[in-house]
Amino acid sequence: MNFPILSSLILLPTIGALFILFTKSSSGKYQSSKYVALFISLANFLLSLYLWYVFDKNSVDFQFVENREWLSGFINYKVGIDGISILFIILTTFITPICIISVNATITNKLKDFLIAILIMETFMIGVFCSLDLVVFYLFFEAGLIPMFLIIGIWGGERRVYSAFKFFLYTLSGSVLMLVAIIAIYWITGTTDVEKLYELGIQVEYQNLLWLAFFSSFAVKTPMWPVHTWLPDAHVEAPTAGSVLLAAILLKMAGYGFIRFSLGLFPIASENFTMLVYVLSLIAIIYTSLVALMQEDMKKLIAYSSVAHMGFVTLGIFTMTQQGIEGSIFQMISHGLVSAALFLSVGVVYERHHTRLINKYGGLVSIMPRYAIVFMVFTLGALGLPGTTGFIGEFLILMGAFEKNILVAMIASLGVILGAAYMLWLFKRVVLGEMNNQELKSMNDLKTFEVITLSALVIPILFFGFYPEPLINSIEASVENTLNMYNFDLINNLASKD
Amino acid sequence: MENFQYILPEIFLSISIMLFLLVGVFKKSSASLIYNLSNISLIILLALIINLSSLDKVYLFNNSYLIDNLSNYMKIILVGSGIFVMLTGSKYIQVINLNKIEYPILILSSILGMMIMISSNDLIVFYMGLELQSLALYVLASFNRDNLLSTESGLKYFVLSALSSGLLLYGCSLTYGFSESTNFDQILINSTEFNYGTTFGIVFILVGLAFKISAVPFHMWAPDVYQGSPTSVTLFFAILPKIAALSVFIKFLYTPFANMNDQWQTIIVFISIASMIFGAVAAIGQKNLKRLIAYSSISHMGYALAGLATVSNQGIQSSITYISIYLVMNLAFFSCLFMLRRNDKYYENIEDLSGLSKKHPILSFSLLIVLFSLAGIPPLAGFFAKFYVFLAVIEQSMYFLAIVGLLATVVAAFYYLRIIKIIYFDPEKEEYETSHNLGLKITLAISTIFILAYFIYPSGITEIVSKITMI
Repeated sequence: MNFPILSSLILLPTIGALFILFTKSSSGKYQSSKYVALFISLANFLLSLYLWYVFDKNSVDFQFVENREWLSGFINYKVGIDGISILFIILTTFITPICIISVNATITNKLKDFLIAILIMETFMIGVFCSLDLVVFYLFFEAGLIPMFLIIGIWGGERRVYSAFKFFLYTLSGSVLMLVAIIAIYWITGTTDVEKLYELGIQVEYQNLLWLAFFSSFAVKTPMWPVHTWLPDAHVEAPTAGSVLLAAILLKMAGYGFIRFSLGLFPIASENFTMLVYVLSLIAIIYTSLVALMQEDMKKLIAYSSVAHMGFVTLGIFTMTQQGIEGSIFQMISHGLVSAALFLSVGVVYERHHTRLINKYGGLVSIMPRYAIVFMVFTLGALGLPGTTGFIGEFLILMGAFEKNILVAMIASLGVILGAAYMLWLFKRVVLGEMNNQELKSMNDLKTFEVITLSALVIPILFFGFYPEPLINSIEASVENTLNMYNFDLINNLASKD
Repeated sequence: MENFQYILPEIFLSISIMLFLLVGVFKKSSASLIYNLSNISLIILLALIINLSSLDKVYLFNNSYLIDNLSNYMKIILVGSGIFVMLTGSKYIQVINLNKIEYPILILSSILGMMIMISSNDLIVFYMGLELQSLALYVLASFNRDNLLSTESGLKYFVLSALSSGLLLYGCSLTYGFSESTNFDQILINSTEFNYGTTFGIVFILVGLAFKISAVPFHMWAPDVYQGSPTSVTLFFAILPKIAALSVFIKFLYTPFANMNDQWQTIIVFISIASMIFGAVAAIGQKNLKRLIAYSSISHMGYALAGLATVSNQGIQSSITYISIYLVMNLAFFSCLFMLRRNDKYYENIEDLSGLSKKHPILSFSLLIVLFSLAGIPPLAGFFAKFYVFLAVIEQSMYFLAIVGLLATVVAAFYYLRIIKIIYFDPEKEEYETSHNLGLKITLAISTIFILAYFIYPSGITEIVSKITMI
C-alpha cells in the first residue's frame, strides 16, 4: 500500500477548489469554474468507486491505513476505512457532483465562491468518514461548520442569517463537550488512535460521562429531539445544493459517529443509555412525523421527515443487533439518496414558481408528467415502499427492534404509517388534484440537467431497493466485527466488575 | 566584563535609542528616516537575540538577570512582532499626522523595558523594566494629542496603571520583607514555610500583573485605551505588553512562588474563568472594532492564564504557544483594520465592514480566516492554540475550567460570527482604497497563511516551546 489513496480522496476537492480560485472571474459566463468543479468531483467519485472495487469486503480490519506523525509526536494523522465508512465516502462523492450540476440559475452571485465552498465541504466530509484518530475526526467534524455557515448565510433565503447562526452555535455547543471528552480520553488511555482504543478499552468508571459528552455532539448533529430545531430552519433557508449536502451527508456524520465511537469505545455506557436513546428516537419518530403532517412549506416538511428518519437510524443503532445496525446504515444511505432527491425536486418547482408553500401548487401532473414520475419514486422511497431502499432500511431496523423490545418496535412501526401519511399527502397536494393556480400553467417540464441529476438518484434508489446485496455485503463483516467487539467488551467489563 | 556579550541585544537597543534621539533633535524633518532606522535596528536586534538563543541558562550581574530558553523565545516573538507592528503602522501614522520622531523611539524604549522585564531575575530589575515600558506606553496611548479620545485613554491608562504599579510595588516590598531577598531564586529558597506576608505579597503582585495583561477584574482600562489610542498603538498594546507580562507571570509563578502554588492556583483559575466569560459576553454588544478586539483580548488572556493555572510544564508551554498564535491572529486582524481607508480616513466601526466581500474579496477572506481562527474553529491556528491549553488543563483533571472555557468559546463565536455576517451577508457600502504599503500587505499575507496552513505542520512551534521547562 504505497499510494495514499485516502489522502488523495480527501485532498482532491481542495486542490480543485484552488484551481477554481484561479479560473476567470464569474461575471457573465461562469461555466468554466463549474466544469472544473464538476470534473474534480466526478474524478473523486470514480476514485472512490475504484476504492470500493479494490476494497476487501471480507476483511474486518481497517484498510488503506495511512499513519503519519502530525501533532508533535503524540497525535498522528491516521486515516483508514472499513466496510461502513466506504459506503459513506461513496455517498459523499456521489452526492457532490449532483449538487454541482444542480447549481444553476438560482445562484447568480459568486458562483465561484459557492463551488469552492462545496468542494471544501466535500474534503471535510470525506475526512470525517476516513479518520481513525479522534482528534483528526474532531478537526474534520468541526471544520465543516465554516463552509456550511457560509453556504446558508450567503446564498440562503430570507431568514438566512438567523438560520446560519442557529446552525453554527447549536452544533458548536454540542461539539465542545466532545472535545473535552477526546482530550480526557487521551489522558486516560494515552492515545486517541481509534484502533488502539478498540484494543485497550476505556475504564468503566469514565464511560458514562464520556458517552454523554459524545452524545451531546452527535445528538445535535443527527439531530435528535429536542435539539433538532436548527434543522428545519437551516434546511428551509439554505439554497437547494446546501440542503442536499446537509440532509444527505452532514446528518450522517453523527450516525456514523454513533456506530464508530459511541458503540465501539463505550459499550457499557451504550448499554446503560439504551433506553434514553430509544425514548428520544421514538419521540423524534412520532412527534416530528406529526409536525411534518402540518407543515405548509415543502422544505420544512422534508426537514421534519429527516428528523423522523434519523430517529429510526438512532433506534436501529442502539438495538445492538446485526439487523438493527445494518438497517441503520442502509437507512442512512437510503435517506441520503432520497432526501437529496426530494430537496432537488423541491428546488425544481421553486425555481419555476418561487414559492415553497404547498397550497400554491396542485395538479402538476398535467403539465409536468416527467416530474410527477420521478417525484413519485422519491415519495415512495421516503415512505419506505418495498422495492425502494427506504423499505429495506426501515424493515431491518424494525426487525432489530422487535428482537430487543417489542413495545418500542410497535411504536416505531406507527411512525412508518405516519411517514406514509405525510409523504402521500404532500404528493397529492402538489402533483395530483385540480390545478387551481393559473400561474402554474407556464411551468415547463424537467430540463436536461434536471433529468440527469434526478435520474441519477432514481437509479440507485430502485436498484438497491430490489437488490441490496452489494451494500449489505460491504458492511456485513464490519458490523459483525463491531458487534463482536462490543459484546466481548461488555462481557469482559462485567466480569472484571464482579 | 565578559558578561556583556550576553546582554548585547539590550545594549545595542539602548545605544540605538539614544542615537536616534540625537539624530532626531539635530536633523530637521527626520521622522521617516528614524522610523525606517528603528525598523532596521529591530531587525538587527532580532538577529542578535537569535544569535544568543543557543544559551540554555546564563545568570548575570549577581543573579539578577537571567537568560534562558523562556526569555530567549519570548524576546524573539516580542521583537519579531515589534517589526511587524512597525511595518503595518507606517502608512497609518503618516495619514493621521503622527509621524514624529518620538513615535518610533518610544516604541523602541518600551521594547527595551519589556526585554528587561522578560529577563529579570530580581524584583528591582523587574520593576525597572516594567516602569520603562509603562512610561513609554502612557505617552504612546495619548500620542494623538489633538484627539479627545486619545488623550483620555492616555490619562486613564496612566492613572490606573500607576495604581497597579503601586500595588505591585507594595507586593514586591512585602515579598522582600518576608523572604529577605529580592532575588527570585533566593525568594524561592527562603519561602519554604507558609506565612501570610508572602501570601499578601503574591496577591498584590498578581493584581499588578493581571492589570498589565488586562485580565478580569482588572480589565477596565482596556476597552477605552484600545479605542482611544491610534490604531497602530492599539496593535502594539494588543501584542507586545501582553507577551512581556505573560512571561513575567510565568516567571513569578514558577520561580519565586513555585512552592506556594496552593496559594495562587485558585486566584489564577478565578481570573482565568472570569476573563473568559466576561470577555465573551461583554464583546457581544460592541460597535467599535477596536473596542471589540479589546474584549476579545481579555477573553484570550483568560485562555492563556488557564494554561498557567495547571502547575505543569505542559501548561506553561501551552500558554506560550497560545500567546504566539494569538499575536499572529492580532497582527492579521489589525492589518485588515489598516486597510479600511477611504480618502485619508480610517474606519473602525463594525458597520463599516458591511458588504465588504463584494468589492474586496481577498481582504474579506483574510478577515474571515482570522475571525474563525479567533473563535477557535478547526482547522485554523486558533483551534490548536486552545487545544494545547485544554490538553494541559484536562491533564490536571481541571474539568470545570475546561468546560467553562469551551462553553465561553461558543458565546465568543457569536460575536465573531456577527462580524462575518456583516462582511458577507449584509448589503455593500462604499469601496475602500486598495493601494496599501508593501509592509502591510506582506504582514497580512504572512499572518493569514500562517493561520490557514498551521494544521499542515502543527508541531513547529510546540517543538521549540517544549524546550522551555520551569518545573
